Amino acid sequence: MHPAYSVIFFTAASGAGYGLLALLSIGVATGWLPPDRTLGLTGLGLALTLITAGLLSSTAHLGRPSRAWRAFSQWRSSWLSREGVLAVATYVPAGILGLGWAILGRTDGVFALAAWLTVPLAIATVIATGMIYQSLATIRQWHQRLTTPVYLLLALATGGLLLIAILRLTTGQAGKIVLVVQAFLILAALIKWLYWRAIDRAPVLATPETATGLGRFGTVRQLEAPHSQANYVMREMGYSIGRKHALTLRYAVLWLLFGLPCLLIAQALWQGTFATIAVIAAVLLAALGVVIERWLFFAEAEHVVMTYYGAGTK
Amino acid sequence: MQPVVNLSPPPADEVKATTCYMCACRCGIHVHIKGGAITYIEGNRDHPVNKGVICGKGAAGIMQHFSPARLRNPLLRTGERGKGQFKEISWDEALSLASTWLGDVRRTDPKKLAFFTGRDQSQALTGWWASQFGTPNFAAHGGFCSVNMAAAGLYTMGGSFWEFGEPDWERTKYFLLFGVAEDHASNPIKIALGKLKARGVKIVSVNPVRTGYNAIADEWLGIKPGTDGLFVAALIQELFRTQRIDVESLCRYTNAAWLVVQAPGTAGDGLFARDAAGAPLVIDRRTGLPRPVPLFAARGEGGGEGRPQAPALHPHPLPAKDGENEFLPALSGDYVLADGRQATPSFALMAERYMGAEYAPERAEAETGIPAATIRRIAAELATAAFDQAIALDQPWTDWTGTRHETMTGRPVSMHAMRGVSAHSNGFHTCRLIHILQILLGSIDCPGGFRYKPPYPKSVPPAIRPMGKAGKTAPNTPLGGSPLGFPMGPEDLLIGPNGEPQRVDKAYSWEAPLAAHGLMHMVITNAATADPYPVDVLFLYMANMSWNSSMNVPAVLQHLTAKDETGAYKIPKIIYSDAYASEMVAYADLILPDTTYLERWDCISLLDRPISDPDGPADAIRQPVVKPDRNVRPFQEVLLDLGARLGLPGFVDMAGKPKYPGGYADYIVNHERAPGIGPLAGWRGTDGKSFGRGAVNPQQLERYIENGAFFATQLPPEARFFKHANKDYLEWATSVGFIGAPDPVILQLYCEPLQRFRLAAQGHGGVKPPEQHRKRIATYFDPLPFWYPAAGDAAPKEDLYPLCAITQRPMHMYHSWGSQNAWLRQITNENRLFIHHDLARKHDLKDDDWVWLTSATGRIKCQVRAMDGVNPHTVWTWNAIGKRSGTWGLDPQAPESQKSFLLNHLIPDLLPEGAGGYRYSNSDPVTGQAAWYDLKVRIEKCVGDAAREISPKFATITP
Amino acid sequence: MRGRCGAGNFAEIRDDHTMTTLPTPPTKKLGLVIDLDICVGCQACATSCKEWNSQGLTSAPLTDEDPYGDDPHGTWLNRVHTYEVGTGPAARTVHFPRSCLHCEDAPCVTVCPTGASYKRAEDGIVLVNPDTCIGCKLCSWACPYGAREYDYTDGVMKKCTLCVDRIYNENLAEVDRVPACVRACPTGARAFGDLGDPGSSVSKNVAARGGYDLMPEMGCRPTNKYLPPREKRATADPEPMPSLAEMAAGKAGLEKLFAWVDKVLS
Repeated sequence: MHPAYSVIFFTAASGAGYGLLALLSIGVATGWLPPDRTLGLTGLGLALTLITAGLLSSTAHLGRPSRAWRAFSQWRSSWLSREGVLAVATYVPAGILGLGWAILGRTDGVFALAAWLTVPLAIATVIATGMIYQSLATIRQWHQRLTTPVYLLLALATGGLLLIAILRLTTGQAGKIVLVVQAFLILAALIKWLYWRAIDRAPVLATPETATGLGRFGTVRQLEAPHSQANYVMREMGYSIGRKHALTLRYAVLWLLFGLPCLLIAQALWQGTFATIAVIAAVLLAALGVVIERWLFFAEAEHVVMTYYGAGTK
Repeated sequence: MQPVVNLSPPPADEVKATTCYMCACRCGIHVHIKGGAITYIEGNRDHPVNKGVICGKGAAGIMQHFSPARLRNPLLRTGERGKGQFKEISWDEALSLASTWLGDVRRTDPKKLAFFTGRDQSQALTGWWASQFGTPNFAAHGGFCSVNMAAAGLYTMGGSFWEFGEPDWERTKYFLLFGVAEDHASNPIKIALGKLKARGVKIVSVNPVRTGYNAIADEWLGIKPGTDGLFVAALIQELFRTQRIDVESLCRYTNAAWLVVQAPGTAGDGLFARDAAGAPLVIDRRTGLPRPVPLFAARGEGGGEGRPQAPALHPHPLPAKDGENEFLPALSGDYVLADGRQATPSFALMAERYMGAEYAPERAEAETGIPAATIRRIAAELATAAFDQAIALDQPWTDWTGTRHETMTGRPVSMHAMRGVSAHSNGFHTCRLIHILQILLGSIDCPGGFRYKPPYPKSVPPAIRPMGKAGKTAPNTPLGGSPLGFPMGPEDLLIGPNGEPQRVDKAYSWEAPLAAHGLMHMVITNAATADPYPVDVLFLYMANMSWNSSMNVPAVLQHLTAKDETGAYKIPKIIYSDAYASEMVAYADLILPDTTYLERWDCISLLDRPISDPDGPADAIRQPVVKPDRNVRPFQEVLLDLGARLGLPGFVDMAGKPKYPGGYADYIVNHERAPGIGPLAGWRGTDGKSFGRGAVNPQQLERYIENGAFFATQLPPEARFFKHANKDYLEWATSVGFIGAPDPVILQLYCEPLQRFRLAAQGHGGVKPPEQHRKRIATYFDPLPFWYPAAGDAAPKEDLYPLCAITQRPMHMYHSWGSQNAWLRQITNENRLFIHHDLARKHDLKDDDWVWLTSATGRIKCQVRAMDGVNPHTVWTWNAIGKRSGTWGLDPQAPESQKSFLLNHLIPDLLPEGAGGYRYSNSDPVTGQAAWYDLKVRIEKCVGDAAREISPKFATITP
Repeated sequence: MRGRCGAGNFAEIRDDHTMTTLPTPPTKKLGLVIDLDICVGCQACATSCKEWNSQGLTSAPLTDEDPYGDDPHGTWLNRVHTYEVGTGPAARTVHFPRSCLHCEDAPCVTVCPTGASYKRAEDGIVLVNPDTCIGCKLCSWACPYGAREYDYTDGVMKKCTLCVDRIYNENLAEVDRVPACVRACPTGARAFGDLGDPGSSVSKNVAARGGYDLMPEMGCRPTNKYLPPREKRATADPEPMPSLAEMAAGKAGLEKLFAWVDKVLS
């Protein structure tokens, strides 16, 4: 699948944004985070900025962005529509929470309730994003049980990294949350690794023989494509990456997104400038890592339609 | 909520009927017009050619009409030839310049005009124009297309495939397809193939490549190019060996029984034995004595200079049961004529030839690659279909002797062949072999077999001789007849006293005696090298001679730009008419921009290349569907204008005023080639009720338009088969002017005119070839077809160039002028060299790898693709995808010029020097047909080449 | 094929969520039957479709990107592939036209976030409403057949409409109320009809010829059917019949031939 930069940015940014939002909301709801206005302003501001920037970026992928509002109508069947509805719905409690926390400096009462509501909506939005991909039966690398868990865990892990950075920069403290985020990172790495193992073993969906129904006469090879230059279908679904390059990038993801941030944020358990730098470095490395992970998610995805264009020819 | 869709949008303001011109098939189309613009083109359901369907090209015709490559104004060259620098001029300037150039030629030596038209469908007009101008140097593109097929058919049975005839698709039970990609009859063949498959008729394709029609054949025989003749001859041997031929039909309809004089070394050797009156002799089996076939009054259909020099071919009687002609002829035996000479029936000579070891299936297997057992099986299948599955229509008919037959017996075996067999230097004989196979099976114009399309059959060959003999062209003088015709012997050649060619393309010379369509592919080379002589004006229409219509393009480009010592171009003036910015435009001096086919009148005439159906003749028109939005004029109209400016007879009235001031439409209606016979055959007469012959009808075009732009009529059922011997048909065809007299058409298995040339080469007769040509003429003018390797220039170097290389046009571009339209070019804008998987493995080649392809003429670099359905010794590609950078309105970086290639650069225009230093053109020695498919090459993997790009690359022509 | 067994399978999804917005399966299922036995690959379906749908009668015209440039491509609703199948004497070349199959379980419809993609309740034709499509391309991702083509110029998704503006068009003669590709096809390799009616000529032909679905494993239940190439008529070279084998060529055969001809003529 063609890795569209707008979609990569959207899923990475809003994923981290929703992860951060969910963690902040949990922190507020459980009373673990203080009703500190600076923290509220910075944390919720960053989360909502990432979410909003991501959502805006996603509309750049649309042929008719001005009609984007129509996407809220088909929540009964379409995960994309559900994602849209949930994304917008999340703004309501998150906005109320923001009003209390960042403006009024309060996280109790109705604002705590808003925080409680924000958590499932943020998580559901990320799940809906994952399900957009997971529900596509045409792409075996996406049509996997672990697709959505990866999205969710990565949202929590990258959101968690941001949370640590914010805590570090606003309150100077990160505390035990570091361990939680490390757990997210390790779990995410494990699930991602299992995901890769799964897609490497997932059987191909179709062969040129089954796609054409001509297998009864022997092996099927495309002699001539319908048109000399690539068409939309080939441009959109025909992107593929060599296995060797994919492997290199997978290692890059493991280190940049999981390994190094995990080690670096351990520094946040202690004080000092180095720890702050380490946390910022962890965020930056993870940002790079998640972009590569998302790019690879598309680049490794093989659409079954390409069997008509010679993919899978023996 | 489901949205409301407008299910009945009005599709058009207006629908106009006309004729497609995206290829030579000439389907009826309906053009939708909305808001004054063309919006949609679909097939005309009532039309006899396409019956409503349309092909990939036809439906893309709309983009041809909107092409940015359309020329917009007359152009005059300002820079050097080939640079593409022009200034726009007015039509008045353009036409007065052209008529000055042409007038100078006509006043001095008319043959210094070479007028050649490419994909022309108005040869009745263009040929007549040339004739009235007085130049013999005229032809259309048949010489590089399929003249072998046409000439072989016309010299054998007075008809051929495509425009001349087609299988009886409704009834045939076995179909053999040779060497065809697309065809002139593109939609009729497609419609028919669908029906054959539905009826379960076996389709066998004989073709080096399994694409297109061949893809759906039941059996594909991946023959080595140029060996089809041997395959067919082996089938014939097998039919002889297994005694599976139609003896009765040979006696009835052919010259099988005619006696051939066997007197080696004498002037009469190999000619038919004739009585004093010129009637051929046959042996009466009852008496064992020769007797003449009854004579019909000799009728010279051609008249004038074209009158046959040798005795006309006469019919002989059927083996009727009683009556004065009652006898059965002998088909074998040696006989002594009254003058003491030996003679033997031509059948016996033929049987002797094809029963020889050289035509054994085993030998054919070695050359063709088709197993001998398969050849035997195919022969048996042909015989089974022809004889064991014969059909009889319950339809009485009367033969030319007046004998009534209660049924029409059919031998339901049919064939079709075209360029693949035709475009070889052994094509003429190969095509004759295919027709002889049909004749031996008794499958000529019978139910289920081959069927003639009226106005065919014509006499064998048609009684028109080429005009323009030495001393017969003169300043300001018409030619006195058609430049093109059918020589009956050396006397009909257009040669000088020393045998030198009189035409610039050397047609009808000893180099190509039966060049019935000329040799367009040689005009530029010959004119530039003044061999046989230079021309002053080269006038071309719709012919891409600086690119994919020429062999050895680099050499031809040099010829087009070559200058003499004074700095003047060796071809001084080039006038070119085209609708599009083709490669040829840049090499012309004066450009006359043509319209698109939707902006013009045209006629698809029975005088030219008709669209008839076997059940009846048909012709058609094009009408302007929209007005041109550019300063362009239809070429035919320009030709009429030039004719009037030059004062050509027939183009001006007594007062010297233009005879057809209303342009081409005026000409179509009012021109009469003979009294009552004009370009269109339908709705003639003052009442509009005559067909064929009749007075001019001023309302004729209106009638055509009302009827969907065509006219079609059906023969009565008793006249639909055996047209070559059917009294009702022959009398009707005579009455409407198709033939001169209701004589039967006798199928010529043994082709006596060829023997006349051969005798001349053996030193007999008054017109003899110069010494250097004698061996060639004696070899190739064999009256019985034979097979010889089509080796081209690589004959002595077979091991250096072990592969055959051929091309075909993709089906969606076949015969399509300017297929670089927005849609068709999306389908194909790059070509690859297709090679067999085994060859790919041998040379370690993967798809898209670059290779050098080398012939004795040059080398090109291109990319390969491996496939299964190709003869293992053959490589091929799609033709004419490669375009020169800067042409056809395309971006100079278009894939057509950056990734695509032509094989033309490898094909020699001239063969290596032979005896006496003479270089023959790369053509069939009988007809001069361009031998495109004789190309032999070798392939080498491209290694270490920094530039992964095609070679050669020509400079961009600045648009 | 890899990963048929082992741990890889645990992540596979077997049952999809319920599709909520496909109509109750209509009894009328309009579609095409494409006969691979007689398609010669002439591209008539492709260009005539392009032509009809470039008129902008019910939707914006199909557009072309860089039509005369160095990377020409455009929106086409019919595309014809050429495949080689098998090797050796049994091998064949198959021209393979592809267009929307108007699936009964059309995943392109259910993924659509705006409802622009829909399956008509009355005849099963799958359409895109060009006025509400946002051009998110998700439907093209969901379609296993590559039937949906994004129109870069128009910013919306295009697809085969089964010429819904022809088949019911009262301005056309009744005989012409078929899709443009069917109207054009010279070999008759395309047929249009109601595949929901077992008595229709298309249904009967599908039954008689063993018409099949493309990629049935994708579970889309396509309406369009493909007719497989017919078995080739026998091409095995038989042993020659003894009586024929005795007949020689050359001189001896010639005499036998002449004797036979004599007998025929007497």
